[in-house]
Amino acid sequence: MSADTSRPATPEDLKASEAVSPSSKLARFPAEEPLELDAGVRLGPWQIAYETYGELNAEKSNAVIVCHALTGDQYVASTNPVTGKPGWWSQMVGPGKPIDTNHYFVICSNVLGGCLGTTGPASINPETGQAYGLALPVITIRDMVRAQARLVDHLGIDTLFAVIGGSMGGMQVLQWAASYPERVFSAVPIAAAARHTSQNIAFHEVGRQAIMADPNWCGGSYLQQGQRPTKGLAVARMAAHVTYMSDESLHQKFGRNLQDRENVTFGFDADFQIESYLRHQGMTFVDRFDANSYLYVTRAMDYFDLAHQFGGSLANAFKGTKTRFCVMSFTSDWLFPTSESRRVVKALNAAAANVSFVEIESDRGHDSFLLDVPEMFQTISGFITGAAHARGLPAPGEEA
Amino acid sequence: MNLAPRQTKSGDVRGDHKVVASLVPHNARVLDIGSADGELLDLLVRERQVDGRGIELSQEGVNRCVARGLSVIQGDADQDLADYPDQAFDVVILSQTLQATREPKKVVSELLRIGNQVVISIPNFAHWRNRAQLLFRGRMPVTKYLPYEWYDTPNIHFCSLRDFVELCRELDANVEKAIALSGRGNKIPVNAPWWVWNIVAEQAVFLLKR
Repeated sequence: MSADTSRPATPEDLKASEAVSPSSKLARFPAEEPLELDAGVRLGPWQIAYETYGELNAEKSNAVIVCHALTGDQYVASTNPVTGKPGWWSQMVGPGKPIDTNHYFVICSNVLGGCLGTTGPASINPETGQAYGLALPVITIRDMVRAQARLVDHLGIDTLFAVIGGSMGGMQVLQWAASYPERVFSAVPIAAAARHTSQNIAFHEVGRQAIMADPNWCGGSYLQQGQRPTKGLAVARMAAHVTYMSDESLHQKFGRNLQDRENVTFGFDADFQIESYLRHQGMTFVDRFDANSYLYVTRAMDYFDLAHQFGGSLANAFKGTKTRFCVMSFTSDWLFPTSESRRVVKALNAAAANVSFVEIESDRGHDSFLLDVPEMFQTISGFITGAAHARGLPAPGEEA
Repeated sequence: MNLAPRQTKSGDVRGDHKVVASLVPHNARVLDIGSADGELLDLLVRERQVDGRGIELSQEGVNRCVARGLSVIQGDADQDLADYPDQAFDVVILSQTLQATREPKKVVSELLRIGNQVVISIPNFAHWRNRAQLLFRGRMPVTKYLPYEWYDTPNIHFCSLRDFVELCRELDANVEKAIALSGRGNKIPVNAPWWVWNIVAEQAVFLLKR
């Protein structure tokens, strides 16, 4: 993403980018091993970028997949090479952490349609030698999970001990449990839903329109034109960021405080701290994310409706499942509210599934799952330890 | 929500829990409604190796249960039992909770629908201490084991043991076992007719089958 933007991206630029040659591990699949997409297209060649933490045991029974959210990446517990920032869930994943890498082999891959090494719109289209742009077929959550399942096959792992993720990551968790029930021993969808609501789609559409309204988007072919729709992408991020926070947390953090000034300026500068904060969020986001990826990944979330895949009945998605579920929501999350998690729990009960459900008190909105929320950590530790006992794995605190 | 008094000494298994556990077969699929902080469910998982699930009304209770590795959801006996399929469990347990439900009759009939066997423990409102308070003081009973005043009690549907047996008859449920307990949850080791138990037992555990 950090290529010089004053000239059109050459094939060499593309090849050098994190989108094509990631710093992380990479599994490449040739054209003869394509990925079947929901759009009815075979995608190939294709690749999936991933990171692993901890050791796979001899029985290959301790693998955990962490699924990342909309703008996340495979660097769940290690430094992101683009931003230089620590892993996005390093409070959750690591030695001695709730997902303890001393005990579990953790895999986290960049989603299909992403921009940090898994095939996405910034990857090279073999037919043109240029970036795919909008020539990439539309991706779904199920396609992302198919790609992850191929990675798991590639790593020689049959059953995953756990699949865990928040927000869009939680959607992938539910899709994993529905598509590959026999391969998922336990599943933890956090701050997620089995479908995108009208309101969710509406916010995403605002973001997409902001990107597409930027003249530098160039109909999606900005890389070929040597342009970047940074303004549009920044606005998309600003709008989305508001949905990740609660009214209360915004109020507590910023209130009506002014930014480095005594009085309002009677102009349209960032007078308020919240404006300055959002502008900063938007500006830093464009350095690490590809605008077309944002279109594709938000679209995947919009298309997600798990019940629809199973004849309109969510319970059918989990029929006969042996997977142990731990569903988690946050009180102040209005983007993926508790009512959506409860829908999932109801369906799991109707399928007589093994399910725990916890609503965690937090005033920090949807983003709570990424933050330091001790009750979430305790619950996940407890759930994983219980699942480890059921699986016959030594749990943290016990000798291997 | 489980309204029984918390155990006093840590590590001790509550008497009524012991009695309930003795009625649950090994390796059974069990739903425990009103799991509180998971003591009974934990006991059943450890000692009877059950495949256990729980429903608990209070969020703190649920969080404690899940953190100790139990499968528990937040929910309420009046509303959430309808989600479960028929005969989903070998044993369904409702411990010290029936008197706090809005529609006890409907709840019991739902329990009989989703469970092959139903274990219900209830406090006996017709215990002699309660009778005495009402008779001599003219006040609603407040005892060590039913510590609430009338205006703040969550127990909105008290019954006597005889009332409960009558409800079972109305619902065509067979009372397979009935065990009278003291307030501390110890078995009352006397063979006595129902009317005696209805006076001396502070609580009782019933095993029902449809």
